Amino acid sequence: MSRETVVNFILAALLLAVPLLANAVGQPFYITLATRIAILALAATGLNLALGLGGLVSFGHAAFFGIGGYAAGILATHGFSGEPLVFGLSGTNQMLVIWIVAAVTAGLAGLAIGAISLRTSGVYFIMITLAFAQMVYYFAVSWPAYGGEDGLSILVRNQFPGVSTMRPLSFFLICYVVLLAAIGLFALIRASRFGSALQAARQNPVRVATVGIRPFRIRLTAFAISAMMTALAGALFADLNRFVSPSMLSWHMSGELIVLIILGGTGRLFGPLAGAALYVIIEYALGGITERWQFFLGLILLGVVLFARGGLLGFIAGKARHG
Amino acid sequence: MVEPVLQISDLVKSFGALRATDGVTLDLHPGEIHALIGPNGAGKSTLIHQICGTVRQDSGTIRFAGQDIGGLGVAERAQRGLGRTFQVSSLAPEFSALRNVMLAVQAKQGSSFRFFKPAMLDRSLTEPAMTVLDRVGLAERARIPASELSHGERRQLEIAIALALGSRAFLLDEPMAGMGPEGSKTLTRFLDRLRQEAPILLVEHDMDAVFALADRISVLVYGRIIATGTVEDIRRDPAVRSAYLGDHD
Repeated sequence: MSRETVVNFILAALLLAVPLLANAVGQPFYITLATRIAILALAATGLNLALGLGGLVSFGHAAFFGIGGYAAGILATHGFSGEPLVFGLSGTNQMLVIWIVAAVTAGLAGLAIGAISLRTSGVYFIMITLAFAQMVYYFAVSWPAYGGEDGLSILVRNQFPGVSTMRPLSFFLICYVVLLAAIGLFALIRASRFGSALQAARQNPVRVATVGIRPFRIRLTAFAISAMMTALAGALFADLNRFVSPSMLSWHMSGELIVLIILGGTGRLFGPLAGAALYVIIEYALGGITERWQFFLGLILLGVVLFARGGLLGFIAGKARHG
Repeated sequence: MVEPVLQISDLVKSFGALRATDGVTLDLHPGEIHALIGPNGAGKSTLIHQICGTVRQDSGTIRFAGQDIGGLGVAERAQRGLGRTFQVSSLAPEFSALRNVMLAVQAKQGSSFRFFKPAMLDRSLTEPAMTVLDRVGLAERARIPASELSHGERRQLEIAIALALGSRAFLLDEPMAGMGPEGSKTLTRFLDRLRQEAPILLVEHDMDAVFALADRISVLVYGRIIATGTVEDIRRDPAVRSAYLGDHD
């Protein structure tokens, strides 16, 4: 077993142990904290597929995160009020349905945004993904039907068959399982033929084209899968806070997801989880001392970029091997 | 007469006032090595770029395996069997030699949209890839990342990738570049056998290799082919001697 595998196991075990312990001693706040880590890690795992494997630095993944959040919020609102949504379809309070709607919507949005953005690269790609996300952001701000700038409350957390989602630990476990499933999917994709083509397209697109694979299609598919995963996290995030607002769509959110990945280790299987854990812990620990905790986050990020390019995982587990 | 595999007619490409390719006509027959030589700046690279599709010609046609490929992209030309190597090695540096070749194998199988089966455990990829690595003498280095291979090994790996594609013609852009004398000799022997598999358009500065291998030689100077013929024809051609070979004798 490689050192990275050991670190991964420890991370996964810790993330499970903390809420269990918190539950045992009656400290639900820490369960919420762990849930936040799991959800942010899920969102960043989605982005990691595009950014880490594909080298596609999307500065617009907040769009997909927010689309997932609004899918949950809007469906729950209609489910609660009983008003039909569109074409006589009603809302729902079933997470499973919400997840599918969130993922499909974001997947289609990802295809559309990707189809245009992926014709550019480098700084232009970063800027065009940002521009698309800002369009979605301002659309949400100016859409009064679902709260506009004020956002939309979800009065009762959505339901999952056989689980009482209002219990913090149960909701955490749902998020935890979804996160592990996403990480598993990421691992499968990374090792697959598709993953070979995607990673090769990051390392050397000319090489990929020269063997007869068009990088564009590979990247577009990865971008859409990435969007779906991040949207799933958005739906869970809305359920965690029982609130969704345009802030989920803001460019700060896009930046935060990139920061999580860089902190944890770009392209690493558990990089997003390591990054999300570090981020939330810093936010909590330093946020209690000073309002300017982000200053210190900036310093840490600077340190990682300058001295530990592989992020936390690269620092602990060494250089990645690709087979 | 057998139809040429690759046939380039009246190809023209200008960059501003410079005619980098000035009415080039060139063909490649089955089983032959056709060497393209010329001094630096003669337009060899521009010509190669047009053949593989990274640069679009202003006019003229490129026919490959009986079809006009002049309007196709790089990937489509590769899919039709145009295998190339680069003047400066172009590999996926983080991948092992094996996975670099496996990428070509999966491209040939047309199966890059498979998401779940681990590629490294897929024998329909690893076995053909190991076979070609063995042929170019890299079998023992299969698990080494391309970035850690020596210069010569990277050149061999490029050829392995072109082989794995099952190319119908090879476009080798200075395969000897930067190789030591031993490496050049080994590679020369290898290319000599390779022509049975598919014809080679060889761009090369190493004249020993060119004279040893080429069935025909074309000399490119200022974007024009000034002579085409056998090794003996080219050696004797006065225009070639003054334009090019004169420097060497």
